[in-house]
Amino acid sequence: MALSYDDVIAKYEPVLGLEVHVELNTKSKMFCGCSTIFGGEPNTQTCPVCLALPGALPTVNEKAIESTIKIGLALNCSIAPFSRFARKNYFYPDMPKNFQISQYDEPICVNGYVDVEIETDEGPKSFRIEIERVHMEEDTGKSLHVGGATGRIHGAEYSLLDYNRAGIPLVEIVTKIVPGTGKYAPEVAKAYVAELRDVLRSLGVSDVKMEQGSLRCDANVSLRLIGAQTLGTRSETKNVNSLRSVERAIRGEMIRHAELLNKGERVIQETRHFQEDTGLTRSGRSKEQAEDYRYFPEPDLVPVAPDAAWIETLRAGLPERPSIHRKRLQEAWSVPDKEMAAMINADVLNIVEATVNLGADPTKARSWWLGEISRIANEKNVAITELAITAADVAEIVALVTAGELTDKLARQVVEGVIAGEGKPAEVIAQRGIKVVNDDGALMAAIEKVCAEQPETAEKIRNGHLPAAGALIGAVMKETKGQADAARVRELLLGHLGHV
Amino acid sequence: MIHLSAAQMATKLADGETTSVALTHAHLERINAVDTDVHAFLFVDKDGALKQAAEVDAKRAAGEKLAPLAGVPLALKDVMTQKGIPTTAGSKILEGWRPPYDSTVVAKLKANDIVILGKTNMDEFAMGSSTENSAYGPTHNPWDLTRIPGGSGGGSSAALAAFEAPLAIGTDTGGSIRQPAAVTGTVGVKPTYGAVSRYGLIAFSSSLDQAGPCARTVLDAALLHEAIAGHDPKDSTSINAPVPQVVAAAKSGDVKGMKIGVVKELNGDGYQSGVRTRFEESLELLAAAGAEIVEVSAPNFEYALAAYYLIAPSECSSNLARFDAMRYGLRIGDVDGASAESVMNLTREIGFGREVKRRIILGTYALSSGYYDAYYGSAQKVRTLITQDFNRAFEKCDVMVSPTCPTTAFKIGEKSNDPIAMYLNDIATIPVNMAGIGGMSLPAGLAPEDGLPVGFQIMSPAMQDQRMYLVGAALEAALLSKWGAPLLSQVPALVGK
Repeated sequence: MALSYDDVIAKYEPVLGLEVHVELNTKSKMFCGCSTIFGGEPNTQTCPVCLALPGALPTVNEKAIESTIKIGLALNCSIAPFSRFARKNYFYPDMPKNFQISQYDEPICVNGYVDVEIETDEGPKSFRIEIERVHMEEDTGKSLHVGGATGRIHGAEYSLLDYNRAGIPLVEIVTKIVPGTGKYAPEVAKAYVAELRDVLRSLGVSDVKMEQGSLRCDANVSLRLIGAQTLGTRSETKNVNSLRSVERAIRGEMIRHAELLNKGERVIQETRHFQEDTGLTRSGRSKEQAEDYRYFPEPDLVPVAPDAAWIETLRAGLPERPSIHRKRLQEAWSVPDKEMAAMINADVLNIVEATVNLGADPTKARSWWLGEISRIANEKNVAITELAITAADVAEIVALVTAGELTDKLARQVVEGVIAGEGKPAEVIAQRGIKVVNDDGALMAAIEKVCAEQPETAEKIRNGHLPAAGALIGAVMKETKGQADAARVRELLLGHLGHV
Repeated sequence: MIHLSAAQMATKLADGETTSVALTHAHLERINAVDTDVHAFLFVDKDGALKQAAEVDAKRAAGEKLAPLAGVPLALKDVMTQKGIPTTAGSKILEGWRPPYDSTVVAKLKANDIVILGKTNMDEFAMGSSTENSAYGPTHNPWDLTRIPGGSGGGSSAALAAFEAPLAIGTDTGGSIRQPAAVTGTVGVKPTYGAVSRYGLIAFSSSLDQAGPCARTVLDAALLHEAIAGHDPKDSTSINAPVPQVVAAAKSGDVKGMKIGVVKELNGDGYQSGVRTRFEESLELLAAAGAEIVEVSAPNFEYALAAYYLIAPSECSSNLARFDAMRYGLRIGDVDGASAESVMNLTREIGFGREVKRRIILGTYALSSGYYDAYYGSAQKVRTLITQDFNRAFEKCDVMVSPTCPTTAFKIGEKSNDPIAMYLNDIATIPVNMAGIGGMSLPAGLAPEDGLPVGFQIMSPAMQDQRMYLVGAALEAALLSKWGAPLLSQVPALVGK
């Protein structure tokens, strides 16, 4: 019988370690001028440098250095006055040089921290995640293994190589070990990755799209008996590509480790691959024998020695911290805690803010994104940002409703149409022939017709029983095929029945 | 015409006494006649050279202002990429590869309208001191075809000594420009590290590799030096400062009041007697020209060779990892069902020669965890100590000098099975690379006992390359007036076919 999570945390303390890889959104690659645009024809974004042709040499992308320093500053790191690139040597067909230019013992940013807040049984609680280092490196190419059952290199008939990704700038953010989170380990990890993502987004240095791999998390988990000092053996779950998966992967690994330990077996030090469908991990590469990457300083690149004044300029230009920003928005919009948490959870805060910035009322913007649009995203099982509806679309729809040109019900149809790819709101309205019946004459005709059909109800209303109006308004709406503004119908109906 | 210096050829071109096409033809004919014996070239780009020459002639006819060496032919060491031209670095693993891009050096040569005749032979990936490690067979020393022309750039130096080209490009990681110059009676300069871009130079040891000019006179070397040097944004280690005025220095040759430091440790035991004789004689000539000769000491030079053979193999083990049969060059064993790993293994097994494998293995070992500090780490410390030795010595002198090599050219095959003996040939040239400073070798005469050329080495502080040209020009002038004719007038005629 599977162990329950409660059983695990009654006996063991989890210790976390998180490594996050972030693809920077620089226009060109880390060490050459090739484009970084996602999704180009294979091998069209390459040159002698990123193909590692004989004789080619790397040069550092200054913008990538700037972005990394900004990340370090935002994560409260110290910026090394002198840091170096190093070669990490290993063979793989999709790695052109058969070494990766990375940083080893002299990273550019060290010793930072991030505070994250999560809901606990005792209310909101803050946890500090200490950052060991932030360093720069380059991505590898991509292999596509064709013909095998697993899509892995073993058993494949042949492999295709695409070097477009080779040399894309990556930043790796590594935490120190994170003890003391107890049963909240999965939530803390999730909150940490979410906070990182928000910080990176606010800095504008990355697209931070987990589903596209521009932000990838490797989660290290180990367990030790509560009260024990020495660390247990860890596993490293790779490429967990959503916030929810971070939480699930860690919870799953904690249970798997505890089951092994309870049976007196040992945890194997290895990489694990998270399976989105089952929420379980499968075994990857053993790390029992530490791989020897033969690191040494990259002789083709001069050390990175950022000017102190430049660092201070970058520090001064840092945007507001996302947590502070959130508090400010909450106040400005007068949103209750629970609603705020719902927005953060559903990951719609940014898009709501964008919608508000385009003139929409905060409450209305929130209710669209958190309500109807979130519902459709869930139904389609995609991230809200992947839907074909933008903040500008929603702002426009809200404006039309406010102007009385759309009813809430019609607006929902417009939203649906935009998401279905029928075009911008105006196009959807035109194509679907959606139109509020504003013509009082037409409405009055419908009202008179309905009153004639239901004289008893009309009489009740005339006699002051206003709740009965609902039934007649409904009938009028039906009569006008839903294209009437219900508020106007109510006004006219009551007037018609003597309530001016 | 082929026996003139590059500067004289340039004058004749400028004066309309000859054309680049004629000059290029003359050299192609010479190559055709003697290169079967010398084997300086791996590839002769006859059509490309003549086309380039015709273009320069047309520009000149149109009255365009041309660079000083425009129209003069040159031999390019096969370690430099040239777009569309086979480039092997002397290795089988690159057989058939035609680079899709020009190295910065080649781009500059083309911009200077220097005519590229072809690619010269070299030890595989520039690893060697004899050119015997070329996968395409050895080059022969024009002074004695049974002897080595030095290495790794033996093809370039032999081409100069055999009058197959008046200019050549070399690269120098531990002496690969200077030692071949010494044993062939030619001039070779390793500029300060970073003076000439490494972009397109197929790397052996990135922190030591440096391209430089090879020629038959100090002035020719200086002219070529100025043509290829300068900052290159494509090379992170390239020096961003004006190129020293080496042509002016080579023209002046004024050493009055200069202090010339003789390195105590690079002389004496282990140096052939004729090498010492010619070295002492050169010192006297420099003193007579007004220089002050002082003795300087560099106590850590004795560790230079050992440290070099840790740093260079370490870097090469990583630099050569890219030769994996995936993207270019040789591919062996690519049959149905073969894994990428087995193709990589087979290709590297067959494509790399013995010396290259030896160094890859050495370097892999030296960088391994647990050994890194003892080997690579210690070697880097020695490197710092050598730099400090130079810095201290340069407080007492303007340039330092030594024999370029302990011996004259040895016989082909003589040291093939004794790598240590082979490595020792570079004992005097390696410290210069370790410190990243400038070094020149120029002919000091023939050793009395074997009648073979002896090289005189001049070392100048980083970014002071003009100093070695001053001293080199002074010595060259003094020797010329002593001999009455350039040393190479004594080289066998090599009638060939």
